[in-house]
Amino acid sequence: MHTLISIDTVRGPFVREIEEISGQNLLACNQCGMCSAGCPVASAMDMLPSQVIRLAQLGMEEALTAGGRGDTTVWLCASCLACATRCPKGVDLPRVMEALRQIQLRRGAVRMDLDALPPQLARALPQVAIVGAYRKYLK
Amino acid sequence: MGGVKHRGGTYPYYPGCTLSTQARAYDRSGRAVAAALGIGLQELAEWQCCGATFPLTIDDSMALIAPTRVLCQAQDSGERVVTLCAVCFHVLRRCQVLLADDAQMLERINWFIEQDYRGELHVAHLLEVLRDDLGWNAVGSRVSRPLDGLRVAPYYGCLLLRPREEIGLDDPEDPSILHDLIRVVGADPVDFPYAIECCGSYLTAKEPRVSERLSREIVASAQESGADLLITACPLCQFNLDYPQRETRAAAAGDGLPVIYFTQLLAVAFGLPRDTWGFEDHYVDPIPALTSMVGISHEV
Repeated sequence: MHTLISIDTVRGPFVREIEEISGQNLLACNQCGMCSAGCPVASAMDMLPSQVIRLAQLGMEEALTAGGRGDTTVWLCASCLACATRCPKGVDLPRVMEALRQIQLRRGAVRMDLDALPPQLARALPQVAIVGAYRKYLK
Repeated sequence: MGGVKHRGGTYPYYPGCTLSTQARAYDRSGRAVAAALGIGLQELAEWQCCGATFPLTIDDSMALIAPTRVLCQAQDSGERVVTLCAVCFHVLRRCQVLLADDAQMLERINWFIEQDYRGELHVAHLLEVLRDDLGWNAVGSRVSRPLDGLRVAPYYGCLLLRPREEIGLDDPEDPSILHDLIRVVGADPVDFPYAIECCGSYLTAKEPRVSERLSREIVASAQESGADLLITACPLCQFNLDYPQRETRAAAAGDGLPVIYFTQLLAVAFGLPRDTWGFEDHYVDPIPALTSMVGISHEV
């Protein structure tokens, strides 16, 4: 399979949108992998956090939106900020993940169904979990 | 009180939604412990939800409205507002820092909410009040039932520690504030590798299986390191670590790891009345762990 990398995607609107929403310079990342090494949710992701930012640098929109291989990573990031604390280049990766979620949410995506929660759990959940999840997964 | 730094008096207190509902035990034990130390926690006359997440976008000011309203509600009660919930603390503190630095954003939010937040309030966690205002010696002097021999895992999680520049409560990679608190009550802090790992946070409302796996790793790590119980300052961490143990074989056999608030540990060590402890809402009963070590049982 061929993957086309061109100036049109690298300097394209998708990269600009991520940088505008996140305030991060994607090209500051030099792929050291520290973020992936310390990510507590990495084992549940289809793609490592460091791979997501690499694809974001290249403007690979399809891979990072619904149906793409990076999609689980974007939605499993719990914003725990371990990676941001450790990044030697000062990249705030949780902000990049938030931008990738926001790009989808602002286009109308709905990524949570409260009715799908087990009823026992729904009754027991602390309010902060529900309010927090609403703000992360719905617009 | 030896080495007193506290000027006495009352702090404005923001409980937040969770401490008024699912985590009432944290609120109750926190108020009782503060009162025992001569600190009044005066609940704000009016308050609403802080929003529960700090916005990580720079182009959207909507999510700052809820926390700014809270700061506004608190600013006329004093220079500082005290929180217990680590989530509220995190959101409000970051909002405080952002608005203190960004006059344009402050003006925009004030215009929108039609209020005048002056950008000067300081958001504190009760842990900071204990460490920095009272000092550990004063806290220790209130201990009437030293928890000698009890091995306690200090679980910090994320929100109390990160990001370093904005939260500034402790070293985010090598924190000590809960360790010190455990030593003050006579117990032994247990170092374990997962002390600053995320419990899954709000993932529990969307991907409960993923967050349960994280929480089991944290609990197992603390138990393998020899902990009798674990303390936290966050109602979401408390839930995420306690709830998945409810139907496990270990819990049924009495081998679960109790997950309690630091305020509950203090309430026990201060010899406060049982109705301030709030252990009845826990999935893993903390009493047996306390029975073997410090002779506390279910019988009054």
